[in-house]
Amino acid sequence: MSAGSLTILVIDENRIRASIIEAGLRDAGHIHVTVVHDVAGIARRITEIEPDVIVIDLQNPNRDMLENMFQLSRAVKRPIAMFVDRSDQASIEAAVDAGVSAYVVDGLKKERIKPILDMAISRFNAFSRMARELEEARSELENRKVIDRAKGILMKSRGLSEEAAYALLRKTAMNQNRKIAEIAQSLVTAAGLLGPLEGE
Amino acid sequence: MSMTAAHQITAGFMPLFDSAVLVVAGEMGFAAREGIELKLHRETSWANIRDRIAIGHFDVAHMLGPMPLACSLGLTPLASETIVPFSLGLGGNCVTVSNAVWEGMAAHGAAPDLEPARAGTALGVFIRERAAAGREPLRFAVVHPHSGHNYELRYWLAACGIDPDRDIEIVIVPPPFMADALSAGRIDGYCVGEPWNSAAAAAGTGRIVTVKALLWRNSPEKVIGVRRSWAEENPEALAALLRALHHSARWCQDPANRGALAALMARPAFLGQPEAIQMPVLTGRLLLGGGAERSVEDFFLPFDKAANFPWKSHALWFYTQMVRWGQLAHTPQNLAIARDCYRPDLYRSALKPLGVALPGANAKVEGALKVATPVGSAGASLVLGPDGFFDGEIFDPDRIDAYIAGQKRA
Repeated sequence: MSAGSLTILVIDENRIRASIIEAGLRDAGHIHVTVVHDVAGIARRITEIEPDVIVIDLQNPNRDMLENMFQLSRAVKRPIAMFVDRSDQASIEAAVDAGVSAYVVDGLKKERIKPILDMAISRFNAFSRMARELEEARSELENRKVIDRAKGILMKSRGLSEEAAYALLRKTAMNQNRKIAEIAQSLVTAAGLLGPLEGE
Repeated sequence: MSMTAAHQITAGFMPLFDSAVLVVAGEMGFAAREGIELKLHRETSWANIRDRIAIGHFDVAHMLGPMPLACSLGLTPLASETIVPFSLGLGGNCVTVSNAVWEGMAAHGAAPDLEPARAGTALGVFIRERAAAGREPLRFAVVHPHSGHNYELRYWLAACGIDPDRDIEIVIVPPPFMADALSAGRIDGYCVGEPWNSAAAAAGTGRIVTVKALLWRNSPEKVIGVRRSWAEENPEALAALLRALHHSARWCQDPANRGALAALMARPAFLGQPEAIQMPVLTGRLLLGGGAERSVEDFFLPFDKAANFPWKSHALWFYTQMVRWGQLAHTPQNLAIARDCYRPDLYRSALKPLGVALPGANAKVEGALKVATPVGSAGASLVLGPDGFFDGEIFDPDRIDAYIAGQKRA
């Protein structure tokens, strides 16, 4: 049986992450992939789609509702259980750490599900890494802006060149064992407090 | 602190008022005084709490009273042996319905007095009237299938002649979404802890029709669930935590601390809801909606009436309800697991050095106390009850077979 014959439902409120998962599943040869961002009306969707595997983000506050629905099996023809291979504690931990889990219909073999869960785990981790890097890039940009402003203040108030102003910031940071951006922020804050004096 | 704390304990909680005893233990220094660095993690679902207890991310957690039973009995997707050495309080829930349902109930004799039998009877007439007119069954929400909310809602309905599986539909909705789901018309009513009932009443979108404290007075709600292996490997840390929780619970019960407690729980890291919405659970003065107000004695008890004692009779009552509603088969093995899940022995040994009053028994006949009754060891005072069920039934944990046999669906 080819990998593509499994029907997979991805439930993730984060659209970007959901599309990353979807792309990963398609790359792996799964063509029957449905992505849902909103759990409103999910019971009907599940009846329509009849998924073999449901991949869900663990931050979804509706997990209790979904699990109850799977257990009651009113909405689904076959019982759905959380993918748990009790012999594979590492896999469970990796999934919870990454913030993702999978529910599978009864009778599906572990060998068919594990690659899907592994892919979801690695893509969730990649997404978290990406989000972290984006956050770092954003704060780097903020840092650069505040350093530029601090340099400007020093150049104006002490008649320094841009290089000399930067060198002064760097030297102060090294002496105080702090980051340049922190020194720059202190300077900008102080200059703001002393602002009216500048005009005198 | 981490350099000096003798014990590091990681705890999960859900944003509900009855996490207060755990939150206060961490935030007001009670844990630190017992040499504990208590790390609190807010979660988004009970399923996450269950998973993270099972795999060891959390050592202990704020849990629904029946949840550790469900975990230990293998009713949950990720099962783990979870024990209960401490209860986080008695009462605190309400049943809230939409304005449309309230009008239907009022037309059949319901009054804004929270009286369970009167409200339930009126609801039953309204439900049969709707059914006769060929209308859809009403949809009620609870927070989890293995919850006090699910069992007390079903108990109330069944005692009032309403079959909770046939005459209405019961769905699961996360607590913070209840009021929204009600105002959007996705559900017609719900049973949930505070502040999510007062929130709907204050918004004018729901009416509180009865409360847990009147359905079964001084009845169990949330507990501290502990992974059994962690408890066995860390007996000193667990005992220290139970003492910290005991002091925290006493602080939470003290009326002098209500303002500070409401302000603490209102913070974004905990409930993120206005202080004013936290007050009804503390005072028992409920605004029911539509201008009606009612004071409920023992509405929520975080400490008084031996509220923190993990009675085996509480666990066993939950067990009978699991059996009643088809979640579990009544077998000697299952009964033994349920009986071993709540651990008054651990509570007693941890608190013994404090010299406080402790119940002498591990279980009691529930519903037997008609008035407040002094009990407990000499020298220290302890008052239990009244603890009646609204329909006058009595649960004797020594007569479980008879109790289960006598339970009706409606």
